Amino acid sequence: MNPNSLVSIDDLSKEQIIELLETARYFEEHPNHKILDGKVVATLFFEPSTRTRLSFETAVNRLGGRVIGFSDASTTSSSKGETLKDTIKMVSNYVDLIIMRHFLEGAARYATEVTEVPVINAGDGANQHPSQTMLDLYSILKTQGTLENLTITMVGDLKYGRTVHSLLMAMKYFNPTFRFVACDELKMPREYVEFCKKQGIAFEEHSDFSREVIDSSDIIYMTRVQRERFSDIMEYEKVKDLYTLHNAMLDTSKENLRILHPLPRVNEISQDVDDNPKAYYFDQARNGLYARQALICRALGITPEK
Amino acid sequence: MATDKRELAVAALKSGTVIDHIPSEALFKCVKILGVEKMPQKLTIGNNLDSARLGTKGIIKVADTFFPEATLNRIALIAPTAVVNTIRDYEVVEKRRVELPAVIRGIVRCDNPKCITNNEPMATVFYVTEDGEHIRCRYCNHTVANDKANIL
Repeated sequence: MNPNSLVSIDDLSKEQIIELLETARYFEEHPNHKILDGKVVATLFFEPSTRTRLSFETAVNRLGGRVIGFSDASTTSSSKGETLKDTIKMVSNYVDLIIMRHFLEGAARYATEVTEVPVINAGDGANQHPSQTMLDLYSILKTQGTLENLTITMVGDLKYGRTVHSLLMAMKYFNPTFRFVACDELKMPREYVEFCKKQGIAFEEHSDFSREVIDSSDIIYMTRVQRERFSDIMEYEKVKDLYTLHNAMLDTSKENLRILHPLPRVNEISQDVDDNPKAYYFDQARNGLYARQALICRALGITPEK
Repeated sequence: MATDKRELAVAALKSGTVIDHIPSEALFKCVKILGVEKMPQKLTIGNNLDSARLGTKGIIKVADTFFPEATLNRIALIAPTAVVNTIRDYEVVEKRRVELPAVIRGIVRCDNPKCITNNEPMATVFYVTEDGEHIRCRYCNHTVANDKANIL
């Protein structure tokens, strides 16, 4: 196993997170710094994810590295029954870094165990997606000027949304106050509520997306409520519009409030919010490039001369 | 009378291991984990015996066999109350509780069908959580109560 591999955001200390965010800031200022000259990076996407793959591949290209890989496992020998281990071992012969997306949970951890090449997890099923968390953290830092002592409201699907779980875990270093806004069916799982209690993180649970909650938030992190998560379709119809953000709801919100969303957005943020300067979700996606450039450099043990 | 007979049966072992105070519902899983089915030695398995502590209990006696500590500790997951008696020359020379190891390798199947361990030829690894009553998959983080663990 290579110690620079990144499977889960939990693998990073506070200092490592802060250093990565500083590197991301550097790359925002110098996006085309060619420090990966001669490096070859594999993007192995056993499950299609166009957004994440393009972001990672752009990051490598802008840093001057080369990319090989696939975007669909059906074109690889895993469709012939090759094990993940064999695929990873084979690719390890060719490249300096593996960036992997897989539909199975735990695939990334296992991949790190069978190779000496660093592996970055670009999402393993419903499990972990640390580069998303890094770009969320970077977006929060950039818009608020700090990560410390912020009030963060998470809205929508808090049960299955892995982005909110990872963000919650990563924020433990920065003394946040959380609000969890969700219906009963999709509320924050017990283990994360327990995690907050144990870490001494202040939180409130609400079923109502009220003005009071909005007006006291520094960050509102919206997520998509997915129809397929409901056993009872009537229940879905009842709650689907309860957690939609409309522009008018932001009238009396704080000046520094920013709206985040991991995208794709469906109807949980109404189109009329897009032109509000507090809407940040498209910029958030761009920050993914810088956050991923920082992660790639860390994985390869390369420090840009800032 | 039933109690006397059982005690007689235990005492009759000249040399070997007696694992007592196994929760009844865990007995056959313990048999499986210890692999005693395949052993040629004399073997006595009792279940649903009266127990003041557990209500009913199971017991496993294997003649002329002494298990390594690590092997015995594998049953701690599902039988934390189990007590291991080492018998030599009809005497109990050692009596100890099983201890749950911090890491459990290869005896539990992950319940998550989308976990990598259920899809690759590889061993499972579970960590015992801080409360001591749950185990968490090293790979997919799926967590399950110890007594609900799916034994391979």
